[in-house]
Amino acid sequence: MIKVVPKVLVMSGYGINCETETAHAFQKAGAETDIVHINDLIAGKKKMADYEIIMFPGGFSYGDDTGSGNAFANKIKNNLFDDLTEFINSGKLILGICNGFQVMTNLGLFALPSTDYGERISALESNTNNRYECRWVHIKENDSVCVFTKGINVTHVPIAHGEGRFYCDEKTYHELKENKQIVFSYCDSEGNPANGEYPLNPNGAYQDIAGICDKTGRIFGLMPHPERSLYSISEPEYQLKKEIAKRNGDIIPEFIENNLQIFKNAVEYFNK
Amino acid sequence: MQTINAENNGKIYRIEIDTKEKSSEAKVIEKKLFELGYDVSVDVSKVYTINYDFSIANVEKIANSLHNPVTEMPRINVPSNNKFDWALELGFLPGVTDNVANTTTEIINDLLKIDIGLSKVFSSKVVYLSGNLAKHDVEKIAEELINILIERYHIKTYDNYVKGCGMDYIIPKVNLTSEPKVIEISLNVSDDELIEIGKKGILDPETGERRGPLALDLDYITAIKEYYQKEGRNPTDIELEALAQTWSEHCKHTIFASQIDDIEEGIFKKYIRNATNEIREELGEKDFCISVFSDNSGGIIFDDEWMVTDKAETHNSPSALDPFGGAITGIVGVNRDTVGFGLGALPVANKYGFCVGRPEDTEIIYRGQNKTNPSLLPRRILDGIVHGVNVGGNQSGIPTPNGFVYFDDTYKGKPLVFVGTIGLIPRKLPDGRLSHEKAAENGDNIVIIGGRVGKDGIHGATFSSEAMDEGSPAAAVQIGDPITQKKLSDAVIKEARDKGLYNSITDNGAGGISCSVAEMAEECGGFVVELEEVPLKYPGLEPWEIWISESQERVTLSVPDDKLEEFMDLMKIRGVEAVVIGKFNNTDRAVVNYNGKTIMDLEMDFLHNGLPKRKLITKPYSYRTEEPEITVENQLETFEKILGNHNNCSFEYISKQYDHEVQNNSVIKPLQGKGRVNGTASVIRPLLSSQKGLVMSQSLLPRLSEISCYDMAACAMDTAIRNCVAVGGNINHIAIMDNFCWCSSDEPERLYQLKDAAKSCYDYAKTYLTPLISGKDSMFNDFKGFDENNNPIKISVHPTLMMSALGVIDNIEHTNSMDLKLKDDLIYVIGETKDECGGSEFYHAFGEVGGISPKVDAKSARKLYEKMYELSQKGIFSSCASVAAGGLVITLAKMAISGCLGLEADLSKAPNENISFEKIMYSETQSRFIVTIAPENEKEFENLMKEFKIGKIGNVTEKDFVIKNNKDIVITSSLESMDEVYRSRFEDF
Repeated sequence: MIKVVPKVLVMSGYGINCETETAHAFQKAGAETDIVHINDLIAGKKKMADYEIIMFPGGFSYGDDTGSGNAFANKIKNNLFDDLTEFINSGKLILGICNGFQVMTNLGLFALPSTDYGERISALESNTNNRYECRWVHIKENDSVCVFTKGINVTHVPIAHGEGRFYCDEKTYHELKENKQIVFSYCDSEGNPANGEYPLNPNGAYQDIAGICDKTGRIFGLMPHPERSLYSISEPEYQLKKEIAKRNGDIIPEFIENNLQIFKNAVEYFNK
Repeated sequence: MQTINAENNGKIYRIEIDTKEKSSEAKVIEKKLFELGYDVSVDVSKVYTINYDFSIANVEKIANSLHNPVTEMPRINVPSNNKFDWALELGFLPGVTDNVANTTTEIINDLLKIDIGLSKVFSSKVVYLSGNLAKHDVEKIAEELINILIERYHIKTYDNYVKGCGMDYIIPKVNLTSEPKVIEISLNVSDDELIEIGKKGILDPETGERRGPLALDLDYITAIKEYYQKEGRNPTDIELEALAQTWSEHCKHTIFASQIDDIEEGIFKKYIRNATNEIREELGEKDFCISVFSDNSGGIIFDDEWMVTDKAETHNSPSALDPFGGAITGIVGVNRDTVGFGLGALPVANKYGFCVGRPEDTEIIYRGQNKTNPSLLPRRILDGIVHGVNVGGNQSGIPTPNGFVYFDDTYKGKPLVFVGTIGLIPRKLPDGRLSHEKAAENGDNIVIIGGRVGKDGIHGATFSSEAMDEGSPAAAVQIGDPITQKKLSDAVIKEARDKGLYNSITDNGAGGISCSVAEMAEECGGFVVELEEVPLKYPGLEPWEIWISESQERVTLSVPDDKLEEFMDLMKIRGVEAVVIGKFNNTDRAVVNYNGKTIMDLEMDFLHNGLPKRKLITKPYSYRTEEPEITVENQLETFEKILGNHNNCSFEYISKQYDHEVQNNSVIKPLQGKGRVNGTASVIRPLLSSQKGLVMSQSLLPRLSEISCYDMAACAMDTAIRNCVAVGGNINHIAIMDNFCWCSSDEPERLYQLKDAAKSCYDYAKTYLTPLISGKDSMFNDFKGFDENNNPIKISVHPTLMMSALGVIDNIEHTNSMDLKLKDDLIYVIGETKDECGGSEFYHAFGEVGGISPKVDAKSARKLYEKMYELSQKGIFSSCASVAAGGLVITLAKMAISGCLGLEADLSKAPNENISFEKIMYSETQSRFIVTIAPENEKEFENLMKEFKIGKIGNVTEKDFVIKNNKDIVITSSLESMDEVYRSRFEDF
């Protein structure tokens, strides 16, 4: 069988800043990537329809002015929403990390069975301490319908955000849960729930929620950064692990497989 | 949505966004106010005031674009229904950069496909306070929440709020009514008047006030007078202002360049530049420098294809007045020094260093007499600068792997804010050009891109050439806009550069376009600028203001005619404003026209080289020599006091709010080990396709300046290098930078200290073979003002020299961290401890400075550092730490806290000069390390280190921390209590 190499549109511009390492992650997973400035899409120089995956990377689009992700989401709504809807309807994949998740939240892409695309169901609010924070956390996959997270249980990833506190009302929460749309939750290294405790839950997220997907599982957003934690050497405990491995005659794998798997799953999706 | 017909308010709409539940911001303000003694309940609404004639339907559309209905509710021209006691509106003063308003304008334009123009939207917020407060309490609260130099507040009681249908409709727009004009200044006046012009500025005929410091001394302004006598005319105001900028200490580094005593060439050439030139010659084929001292940053070889750059700056004076604005413009400014290096380098790491007063200090000092013009307290300054670098660095998408904070009372009047950026650039560009070579060519267009020009940042360069006092201009303060800069930086570095669309590029920093254009014109020989082409934030600026304003986020490029269209098109589609303002030429004249009239026409040579040569004289500074007698009564108490003091304790609260993971390049992070201890050096991997790494560290030891500036500089250099070596750095590929922050540099004694420090740089750099590749100086870090009782006071910083080291290593896997790794590992001290406690944290804990400073033996240190690299390559260390502030005991404590493991160590076994046990514990002798190794490596390690003084002092244990003097236990502590001592000071910051 010939392997399909999906093409990833990695969005850039206006303060998005993780496009390079996110493209790198998709490349390591076997995808082809194209970093595309949003204005080139608006001008029609590039087309969403030419890609299999749309990636909204992390960053600080519009400096978080008027609320994180809001201004960039407006720009898409005002200029590209029809293209995006067509993209969604054609069964393709969308991933958003950190600021990308914030943009997608404001675009209302996480449709429930009871809602339409374009309708906001949740918010990413200022962290409880109202301050930007960068640290590593553990997250656990909740046996969700998300296509990006097949085979992943607990993994270790950095967060870096000021507005990452997931919020939705109780009714929405139950529907998300019912429909297996809660993808990742903050937990301890063993996978036990963070129960809202700082720093395991780094931002005060409701029900420890770190990432959700839409009703189909094809549209996925999360606050933590798997693209910044592809390599074992990036882990804070790398030096300790290296020492232990050395004494045991082991070799530390190059990649943190769980995190690379998110991107690999996206590639695999087109090879089923 | 609640909306009322807005007819009553003319064309003004107030869109207010309430939160459905109390926001984190409101809760944090509540907590802060509680700490200040106000038990109040707080709510916050965001406000967008829009001064434009929309239909109600369109305003509702806009309001819908500005909130998330899940958590927020908008109101348009309708007061809040909530009950509260006071409403406090906080917004910017006219003319201050309002990023939220700019974004909102873009949202509106895109939403309605119109262009509403500039200054139509203003952002603010209303804080609703419920509690028992009098009006003066609310005023005090307002002043805690804002900086009155740049922000405004407006207070209403609940009754007034209801009666007036909410807050008032305030448009903080800049209204400059006077016609722009150019005046001539006669210099045929008395010397006294010349001095007055030089010191306080040009007398404005309309206002009758001086325009602000030119920082031109009598000899300089006399030289200008003579030039114009020769020309047979008077200078215009713009010419005088331009000369003042170009000749400022900030731009020309006159103190470093002038003859000093019998050193005719000046200390920069003799001690700094010569060191580098001689080192490069000595290294021969192994020379790794590419571009030194000639550009916005220094550049060294990374590998065959890539070069890395380094630059550190200070932003001290602006940060004293507006800490947030000063720090954010500092960090985004030094990012531009990277973007403006060569043909444009990509920033890959930011660094910071803050020297501030103790945050507990609540004694107010005043810039004016009779308790006027109070200076900000150290805590406010600290909070502001920490936040400024947070916003500037994080929003720019540049990781911040390395930084420090240093507390001392001498930084109370004027803080030092060091900011640095490391860049990455291909050595050769796609069109074959060497990336570090650039030159504006005759006929090139002068193009400025990025932000617009306003009244902010006027006289920044000349201001920083003087001590801070009552006349310090508030207009020098500005706010940064990282996203505008990010757009231009991406468009230039990621696109225009590799398309070869320009011949030269430079940052607009101090002196604005007056300096950037004049500097680039040196490459070809002249320029003519049409000043009315410069885009303004608002109309009504005087021509001289446009020319020298330091408004942020601007870069100047020279673009040849045949590339101009492509360049301008690219900028347009990337949302970057770009304008052609003139041409570079080879006429040897610096010409500025304004609306068809020539208002500046100077000889290029006079502009750049007309400043008279000076001769500086030094006079010996009387250094401290006396040593104290210290008896330690309680060893544990002393240990905990030093571990928990300002300069040793954890500043994790800063490290974790600076993104150090973006770009996926972090290897050795700002916090090391499971126990998260602040490290002194960091490692990054700038290219994901390569195993090569960059090692970096910064160091300063200002208290040593009281004892010997020569040793102070030597120790700072050794520490920066040693810290790099500890994490795996290679002494044969390390470059350094010098940032001098001096005080009262018009005093011969201070110049004597300066000369000492500069000579030390030469001597030590030469021995280490570490070239100095870039540097900066800030010479007047003094505060002049009054205390509470109106007594005049002057607070000068310790002469401070920050050394930065940047090294390249071959393999990021061969690095070390400080955390203890495994039980039973052996602990060794490497290097001899001497009776050198002067300036140490130990003496400081007893209120002493001492008179014996650490001496650095660079020759043997270099040998040791080469050996350390060899051992790092072998992977023999399970942990490695550089012994720094607090000496052996504090370093051991941090290794234990970091690894969450205990240790037992007999420090009498540490190699020493037969000194007292306290001195073995706390002396800050340089060039030492503590390492741990696996027991099975004992023989190999001792064998490899046989030429060096080492001592096996103990081993790693499960939890307790035990320090022994031979058999006697001197200190026992548990991990928990050490952790508590190490972290508690800034826990609530």
